[in-house]
Amino acid sequence: MLAKAGRALAQQPGAQQPGAQQPGAQQPGAQQPAAQQPAASGPAAAGQASGKIRLKVGVLLPRSGLQGFVGQSCQKGADLAPAVLRELLGVDVELMNADTESNVDTARTRAERLIQEGAHVLVGAFDSGQTAAIAQVAEQRGVPLIVNIAAAPQITEQGYRFVFRNFQTAPEIVRNGLSLIGELLQSSGAQPQTAVFMHVNDTFGQAMAGGIKGTLPTLTSLPFKLVDTISYDPAAKDLTVEVARAKATKADFLLLVCRLNDAILLRREMVKQRWQPMGVVSPGSPGMYEQQFIQALGKHAEHCVSNVPWYNPKAELTHRVEQAFLRQNPQDRLVFHGLNVGFTFEAVLIAADAFQRAKSVEPRALAEAIRQTNIASKMMLGAPIKFNAKGQVEGIGSACVQNLNQVPTVVLPAAVAQAKPVFPVPGYKA
Amino acid sequence: MPAELILNVALSGVLTGLVYGLMALGLSVIFGVVRVVNFAHGELMTLAMYGAVAAFQRFGLDPLLSVPALAVGFFGLGYLLQVTLVQRFVTRPEHAQFLLLLSVAVILANAQLMLFGPDARNASVDYALDSLELGPLLLDLPRLYAGGVALCASLSMFAFFRFSRSGKAIRACADNYRGAQVVGLPIRRLYALTFGLGCACVAVAGGVLTLLVDVTPALGPAYTLLGFVIVIVGGLGSMLGALLGGLLVGVSEALAGLFFTPSAKSMVSFGLLILVLLLRPQGLLGRRA
Repeated sequence: MLAKAGRALAQQPGAQQPGAQQPGAQQPGAQQPAAQQPAASGPAAAGQASGKIRLKVGVLLPRSGLQGFVGQSCQKGADLAPAVLRELLGVDVELMNADTESNVDTARTRAERLIQEGAHVLVGAFDSGQTAAIAQVAEQRGVPLIVNIAAAPQITEQGYRFVFRNFQTAPEIVRNGLSLIGELLQSSGAQPQTAVFMHVNDTFGQAMAGGIKGTLPTLTSLPFKLVDTISYDPAAKDLTVEVARAKATKADFLLLVCRLNDAILLRREMVKQRWQPMGVVSPGSPGMYEQQFIQALGKHAEHCVSNVPWYNPKAELTHRVEQAFLRQNPQDRLVFHGLNVGFTFEAVLIAADAFQRAKSVEPRALAEAIRQTNIASKMMLGAPIKFNAKGQVEGIGSACVQNLNQVPTVVLPAAVAQAKPVFPVPGYKA
Repeated sequence: MPAELILNVALSGVLTGLVYGLMALGLSVIFGVVRVVNFAHGELMTLAMYGAVAAFQRFGLDPLLSVPALAVGFFGLGYLLQVTLVQRFVTRPEHAQFLLLLSVAVILANAQLMLFGPDARNASVDYALDSLELGPLLLDLPRLYAGGVALCASLSMFAFFRFSRSGKAIRACADNYRGAQVVGLPIRRLYALTFGLGCACVAVAGGVLTLLVDVTPALGPAYTLLGFVIVIVGGLGSMLGALLGGLLVGVSEALAGLFFTPSAKSMVSFGLLILVLLLRPQGLLGRRA
């Protein structure tokens, strides 16, 4: 299995056979006499000076603050990557971890510091606002940034040469998410007429809201219409009024773009206000499939639906990552961190794969190699990892993930489904 | 918009406003008597919130039951703070007082960050998701308890200042500092008592607030600011004004979220503040200087 996955990666276009070193490029692990080393500065120099080259990956995640739980979840994907990639590609990866504290300014300064400390490539940062700030730093300093999770379209629309994203943009998430709602309604036979749309009022939420308002009218197959749109502060401490207003619309179901903390607050408030719509469906946001959501809410987390980019439970790489995950987190389960671990692992994989082909830690060479990426044997659903001219991977797939028996379970698409969807939820009162 | 919805939201605003009012009452009492603005008020409240959460997580103690212990502890803390630190600054210029209490706030916030970490914590009591149905009204039970305790604590404060000898002495001290000195009132002790009572108020408010919101070290400045808004709207130094200000801010924020956009809730309280400053600078129940 190991050899097969390694071969799949090695057979990519642009991948070079061991020993086929480019002129001027240094092979990972090879040592040059000091006199022969070219004069270099910055991150590349830091790597070359150490003798055996290790790829230093600066991982920027919101491990504390509002998004702390999700950031820690993503971190698990980065933590397991070096061992898996050493087995898979024979590449040495060193992680340089930084906490953005869920804050845009901190994200920017941490990115600066990681580059100063010798990071060859950056990975992060879960949140669109923080990622946009890091992207500016990466571009100014000429160090590649591989975005693990962040959906705001503008991140790859600025003409940046060093910013790459292996994640769906908000319009793609919305399109896939709404399309899966259509499949959900079709497979369950439910015919909701109305929905109330609630969204967190941050960069990601606004991008998603824009996507939904633009896409929904074009999807005539969906039987429902939006009766109200309610935005709320991402740092809200109390969502009483928001939920009261949403309940008053008497909408058939709640279409929700949320994050983790506000999703918990909102669901609690729904229970308090005894609002039991046909279901709570996210067309593509974090929060409801996460372990903390289920731990905090228990039975009230049941049946919430998230249509999100997800991992392919049948993929070979998924099994490998799952084994590594269990070795590092014996008390935990990959399914509670599926999206976060999957995309963060893949971001480090992309960096390691590019490093293997570029045989250099020089930022421009790494960026060029990343641009040529073609990874077919991947963990997440969808097409092979290939970047377009803007640095965006196209064709990443989504799954309809429903909390069933306190576990996020893939219920659609049918080809990878682990159970049948439940919709409307039990206890629904028309 | 259905009347029951407006009523429900307004009632929720009233209950939240009672807690805000108690928090601001502490600030108002301290300023009214000691003439020092407590810029560490929000941080003291988050400290009380952490106390309630820690008592719940370690001993399973309901925050409502930990409130008396918190009040006593914070009374002592406030008394000590006044005697050892604030008293030395009472006669100093206002900017020196401001810097002192701002420093206390920064130290408290960072100490909380080091002790408890940056992540949100809460007290998940059994009745956290319960609500009470009274005809068309749906009352959030934790909010009802929080509002009830805040009201009782506020009334106790009013009673203390109106009927007790110490309360009357404090009022005399606030009304006429020179006169209080002449008749031989122990002003330093009364100041310390007042600072202690202000901190006890904030401890009770913080304790019950854990039923409604999750606590993080970053909450402090937002609540200090909210406290100022309430006190200025109600009238700086007026106890009744603080309670009225709390109610006004609580209800106006709730209704603004309903009638306008929920994202702009806090804008309304600041709009109210500007309006009061323009039309009645001394606050709704404040006395003209």
